Amino acid sequence: MIAFWILAPVMVVCALAMVVVRKAVHSAMLLAVVMVSLAVLYAAQDAPFLFAVQIIVYTGAVLMLFLFVLMLVGVDSSDSMVETLRGQRVAATAVGAVFAVLLVASVTQATYGAAVGLEAFEEDGNVSGVAQLLFSKYVLAFEVTSALLITAALGAMLLAHRERLTPKTTQRDMALQRMRDYAEHGVHPGPLPSPGMLARHNSVDTPALLPDGTPSELSISRIMRARGTVRDVSQDRLIATEIEAGTKQLESGRTHDTQNEGTKR
Amino acid sequence: MSVTPFLVLSALLFSIGAIGVLVRRNAIVVFMCVELMLNASNLTFVAFARQHGNLDGQIAAFFVMVVAAAEVVVGLAIIMTIFRTRRSASVDDASLLKY
Repeated sequence: MIAFWILAPVMVVCALAMVVVRKAVHSAMLLAVVMVSLAVLYAAQDAPFLFAVQIIVYTGAVLMLFLFVLMLVGVDSSDSMVETLRGQRVAATAVGAVFAVLLVASVTQATYGAAVGLEAFEEDGNVSGVAQLLFSKYVLAFEVTSALLITAALGAMLLAHRERLTPKTTQRDMALQRMRDYAEHGVHPGPLPSPGMLARHNSVDTPALLPDGTPSELSISRIMRARGTVRDVSQDRLIATEIEAGTKQLESGRTHDTQNEGTKR
Repeated sequence: MSVTPFLVLSALLFSIGAIGVLVRRNAIVVFMCVELMLNASNLTFVAFARQHGNLDGQIAAFFVMVVAAAEVVVGLAIIMTIFRTRRSASVDDASLLKY
């Protein structure tokens, strides 16, 4: 009872926001709130089996499927606000509101009497009661459901399948193409240089330094350069030259040492 | 608790879903609104199952859920196919039969 009066306004507000909100992902999230609230209402009305099924099937499977398709289609595909039929939006809202008023009025006009409740029906619990009905009275419908599910799975596979129009490029084709590029355009056939991430930083936005101290353009992802998030390595270049000088010094010192050893002998 | 508040809530949700189907242009959001309508009818089934004291209403709601799941799978596959060919998920763009 308390659950109903808390959840009902939340559900109505979320449903309205789902219709009004521009982005499809926000709509999906608001729909998730409505569905979980509905599951709680099922639990409050002696339907624990439907509570579980609602959570698993609707919020777990159906809504995730919606989100997958949204990600495939493009998250930013928000609705166009252009009306193809003039006044259709207003007219549809008005008709919907009238429909709501009609439904609510007809529902509240009728008297239903006190609820019988399901306690007498469920001496073994709700799940076994549902199972007994499902496998006796509704067994035919239950069996037909399996055919429906198989048809749906087949249909989804058929619709999502894409015929391959060009032959698949094998590794051999790719290698030949690489050598052809090398012969015709002089493109380096080997792999691209890796970023200099482990030399000074632990992120891939650090370009690798070439032997002459200039950053390698090929070692950074094209997207990062377009976004302008490539790290400035001019400081590292200075350090690199310092290191070079240091190693030179070290090497000369080492040769000096060996020379000393030689004179000792 | 009386069954009437549940029926009123269900009626409101169903109407909101119907308005959404009529108003929105994005095919996926239209589909979500259809799901909202199915859920609203399920609430009515469950409420009346408790009102009348038998489980047939819950069985009906269960079958609605199964059919809705199958329908979502096929419907979203169709939306994907249309998006692939027309690069748009808007219901206004699929107007080839009109001309």
